[in-house]
Amino acid sequence: MKTIVIDPVTRIEGHSKITIHLDDAGRVTDTQFHVTQLRGFEKFCEGRPFYEMPSITERICGICPISHLLTSAKACEAIMCVRVPPTAVKLRQIMHCGQVIQSHALSFFHLSSPDLLLGFDSDPARRNIMGVIEAHPQLAKDGIALRRFGQNSIEGLAGERIHPSWTVPGGVNAPLVAAHRDRILAALPEAKAITQRTLSLYKSIVDRFSEEIEYFGNQPTMYAGLIDGSGNLELYDGHLRFIDAAGNVVVDRMETEDFEQYVGEATVPHSFLKAPYFKQAGYPDGVFRVGPLARLNIVARCGTELADAEFTEYHQRYGKVAQSSFHYHHARLIEILHCIERMERLLQDPAILGRHVRAHAGVNALEGIGMSEAPRGTLIHHYKVNEDGAITWANLIIATGNNNLAIGRSINQVSRHFVDGNRLQDGMLNRVQAVLRAYDPCLSCSTHATGQYPVEIRLVDADGAVLDSVRN
Amino acid sequence: MSQQISVRIDNELYTATEGRTILQVAADNGRSIPTLCYLEGLSAPGSCRLCLVEVAGVGRLLPACTTPARSGMSVTTNSDALAHNRLMALELLFIERNHVCSVCVSNGHCELQSMAQRLGMTHVHLPYNFPRLPVDVSHPRFVLDHNRCILCSRCVRVCDEIEGAQVWDISARGINSMLVAELDRPWGEAQSCTSCGKCVQVCPTGALVEKGQAVEEMTKRNRIVTDLAVKRGART
Ligand code: SF4
Ligand code: FES
Repeated sequence: MKTIVIDPVTRIEGHSKITIHLDDAGRVTDTQFHVTQLRGFEKFCEGRPFYEMPSITERICGICPISHLLTSAKACEAIMCVRVPPTAVKLRQIMHCGQVIQSHALSFFHLSSPDLLLGFDSDPARRNIMGVIEAHPQLAKDGIALRRFGQNSIEGLAGERIHPSWTVPGGVNAPLVAAHRDRILAALPEAKAITQRTLSLYKSIVDRFSEEIEYFGNQPTMYAGLIDGSGNLELYDGHLRFIDAAGNVVVDRMETEDFEQYVGEATVPHSFLKAPYFKQAGYPDGVFRVGPLARLNIVARCGTELADAEFTEYHQRYGKVAQSSFHYHHARLIEILHCIERMERLLQDPAILGRHVRAHAGVNALEGIGMSEAPRGTLIHHYKVNEDGAITWANLIIATGNNNLAIGRSINQVSRHFVDGNRLQDGMLNRVQAVLRAYDPCLSCSTHATGQYPVEIRLVDADGAVLDSVRN
Repeated sequence: MSQQISVRIDNELYTATEGRTILQVAADNGRSIPTLCYLEGLSAPGSCRLCLVEVAGVGRLLPACTTPARSGMSVTTNSDALAHNRLMALELLFIERNHVCSVCVSNGHCELQSMAQRLGMTHVHLPYNFPRLPVDVSHPRFVLDHNRCILCSRCVRVCDEIEGAQVWDISARGINSMLVAELDRPWGEAQSCTSCGKCVQVCPTGALVEKGQAVEEMTKRNRIVTDLAVKRGART
């Protein structure tokens, strides 16, 4: 038996490695996905006053800090038992859209477009964003512009684009200024045009990838995500829905506090990343996916016009339940469009300039859970405090963590189909990494960890000897 | 009437009233010497050593906040050696406890942070201590975070000299020094505390803060204390 190790995996956020085991004939027998970093936020937050948590936990990530900020603020508000003023909720929703746009743009344009546009088998030296800039300058510019739009929107609202302190438990600490609203609105049509162009381009090339679609995590799993009161796409608030692989609703409108009844967390020996599973199905069978693919599978509609047209076409192409993880890319683009439309609608509402944006309260409950849809899927912050408001316990369940089991299976499926231990080629191992990229995993977030190693893939033989390894 | 004296500061000749400190004479004449533990209106312990100056004919550095100006004195407030010493004193404050500005409620409104900017502190050349220190959240309105305390004792002095409650003290010695409320009990249980909040207003860092202030939100008004002291006829 032989083993291939890919360490570190490239073009993802965070550090991980993949081990592929081969039998004597060079066929893949098993694969493992290891996350090689650990951070320990949950531990060092103990003792801190609870209302500092949003700004501490947003430091978990530089790509989706807003998700941590908002989810943490929501957990604090559960402790305070306050209702956030409606204007503040809308402002937070706009900021959240800005973040989903920039994060999805990063995943699609900067990290995955090299595979999609230059080809999985193209020259690895050029298969990166620089290669895309050379070969498709307009698309590269679009990607940068779209990401900038998302970042600038966040900055317009919160004053800072990466780690703003504007969101506070109870609301936000300053109302929106008309000039900032107008600036975001003025930039919006270009962002919309870019997204529509990119969607057309994507639809024109997606059929080239039929083999990848077939084997990139094309397996039945459950799906989970938040829905609004009408069962439509909801990223900031809402209730959790689980569906099965056939699209039947298994749990609907779950209350945040009931989360633990449905989701367990298993510790995996070879990885720092815990593996959440759907309790009623047990471990390891209770695999569910979260994130763009899952969200578009669980909702009735997106709830905005252009995104809904794309949503309908998407399901006509891939069926009622889009099952291949390859479609994360397509779903991500549709969500960008939805977020742009959503922002437009919220910003055009005159009430958005309302001045009552914060509620005040102390500790009114000793436990609080916040839940929202981060770009990569359902994110949960769960805190316990003492009567004085000091954190006594914290648990963060991160989007990428929720996908851990599904990612492991997808890597297995891709490896079995594409990897041939007798004639190892770059394109094979690139596909193994690409399936991971489709999930857009954020491993810094998921382990709440910092690390120094990006990805490694190892090929190990039947005696445990490492035959080949790729690392970046 | 007190006697007038002449003092030379950085080669400029100034007239001053006898009894005023070098720091005060410098301030009266628009010269600012870095300070941290000193707060106008309170007694000066001379403990942070940021205000050290050179006095001609004296073989060691003297704290400007506690040294009275004397007739004929020649003082240097700025030199490479002083800059080096001040920076060293400041770096030692930073390594002693856990000053993580990015997640601090006083970020952007902190005297320690501003001092680091003013003195051009770009690096800390010594390893950090990373002590494990508690946060006292037992008071209904205020929080004491020992991680951010620089032991300047402003809170101890304001509580004693202005409020007259004497809640605060500094226990132990050296690296083990800790601010304690009432012979070391949780602040919320200190019966002498009047909850006036003066200690919070004078604390230069995010160590004493109002409860519920999120990151970057805590601003201090230490002028209140100075003005109050002046009104009561305390030192100016
Ligand atoms: S709590 Fe603040 S005022 Fe009191 S000694 Fe510490 S730093 Fe100085
Ligand atoms: S200000 Fe003079 S020693 Fe601190």
